[in-house]
Amino acid sequence: MSASTTHGFRVTRAGPLALLQDAGRFGVRHLGVTQGGPADIHAWAWANRLAGNRWGSPVLEITFGGLELQAEADLTIAVTGADLSAKHDNQPLPLWRRFRVGKGERLTFGSPANGLRAYLAVAGGFSAEPVLGSVACVVREQLGGFDGQGRRLAKDDRLVVATSDHVHSDTVEAPPEEPPDYSAPAVLDLVPGAQIAAFTGRSLYDAFNTEWRVDDRADRMGVRLLGPCLHCRIESMISEGISHGAVQVPADGQPIALLNDRQTIGGYPRLGNLTPLSASRLAQCVPGQTVRLRPAGMERASREHRAFIQAMTANPA
Amino acid sequence: MHGALPRLEPAGIDSWMVRLFDTIEENNLLWLAALSHDCEAAFGEALVDLVPSYTTLLVTFDPVRISAWQARKTLSQVLANLVPDDAGGEGEQHEIATWYHPSVGPDLERVARLSGMSVDDVIKTHSFQEYRVFALGFSPGFAFMGLLDDSLKCPRMDTPRQKVPAGSVAIAGQQTAAYPAVTPGGWNLIGRTAARLFDRNREGFSLLKVGDRVRFVSVDRETFESEGGDVTPAEPAREETAS
Repeated sequence: MSASTTHGFRVTRAGPLALLQDAGRFGVRHLGVTQGGPADIHAWAWANRLAGNRWGSPVLEITFGGLELQAEADLTIAVTGADLSAKHDNQPLPLWRRFRVGKGERLTFGSPANGLRAYLAVAGGFSAEPVLGSVACVVREQLGGFDGQGRRLAKDDRLVVATSDHVHSDTVEAPPEEPPDYSAPAVLDLVPGAQIAAFTGRSLYDAFNTEWRVDDRADRMGVRLLGPCLHCRIESMISEGISHGAVQVPADGQPIALLNDRQTIGGYPRLGNLTPLSASRLAQCVPGQTVRLRPAGMERASREHRAFIQAMTANPA
Repeated sequence: MHGALPRLEPAGIDSWMVRLFDTIEENNLLWLAALSHDCEAAFGEALVDLVPSYTTLLVTFDPVRISAWQARKTLSQVLANLVPDDAGGEGEQHEIATWYHPSVGPDLERVARLSGMSVDDVIKTHSFQEYRVFALGFSPGFAFMGLLDDSLKCPRMDTPRQKVPAGSVAIAGQQTAAYPAVTPGGWNLIGRTAARLFDRNREGFSLLKVGDRVRFVSVDRETFESEGGDVTPAEPAREETAS
């Protein structure tokens, strides 16, 4: 622990998947290094906002639950995203607002009640040494996280916090319209891509008029959707870069939305890209849930994204 | 089917796909190098990532700093003034010392059988040629190199290995590569190198970059070991049917 860090939490039970995430790893994708970063940028950004942190501070992304932490100091925190039946000592843990955790108190994450991923931000931000410019934890690439090697959290790990006397936001509670109902059927905005005209008319109709079922083959690399078989006149292409949210359709006709930990290049035709907020929404869906795709114009989708980022980075009045 | 090249294709609110070519040629690399360089200059701080690959360049920008339409305009201007980068596009030269042996290259004998040549001739053929790096992907530092001599064409395996040892030198189709880290993989393993292909502590991280020139050099076991090579045998392939 250096002079600029202080005690945070001790892990008393690791749970299946808790990963440190800053905004992501950028400027190295040409080397085959994936983007990383929060699967749900909406909840992640809100967690930092409510904890008074600047945009991009490292946050813990907790998938499925099962994690137990004990505070090693008095801390100010915020938890957003999924309701993972979390408790603060024996009380229900408040979501989407700033609160205090006393030294020795416990945070216990149970199982998913609404959504899949919760975001825990601590005032000052979790502290870890960046690797290739980021602390984003990508297990497959052995990069980032608290140890820099992309290791999952383990029992007795100590999660260190950066000291900060500067509060970047005075918002202590998210307005009631912000927390989404993740269990509701989701409508996902898709900006059409270059190969969309190569899909058959019937397949295009199906793409945008189907209740797609989220498959259990879903992780931070991508989420597979189950429904009618989509046919594209292009079967495979010379591999090329894949941008965030790309919805590719391999030969089996079942689309896969590619998220933060996707491979950097690939060769399947794509319907287009989910907007960042729609990809975030998909990342909160549990297997079996249904989603619809809705075509979105570049202009509106960009405007919506900019408005979100600006709201999340506005300085306190 | 989409009209003339080069072409700008939408790839979400933060990216454009610049499609320069529709076939894989060495000459593409001169143009891709120039395009990457010009994009860095034209976008400056608004540039997030550039992913070159065979025939395309994916340009990712910060959609808060510039709009998709501004980005498109910038790219059109860059393309209008693009000239191939004869200097930068030549790429760095590398020699990758490789121990070709059935214990670390358990598919070597099958490749020989399928190609109708001896193991020695497979090694000679693979190490004779200079390859170009056309793309990086799959895992950090994994370089797709080509094009392999026609006589060596050997398809990807039907059943990928769960764990390909780090440093494994492999071929599939018209391409060759070396695995930087232990990953699953479906390419045919023919040898192993002690070269560190991806190193977070090295300037630039990846030994190989798009456009680089690579020659595999056959070395014996002693040399491989003295360079820090791991001689643990690789898992043999499950017997492939038909192929």
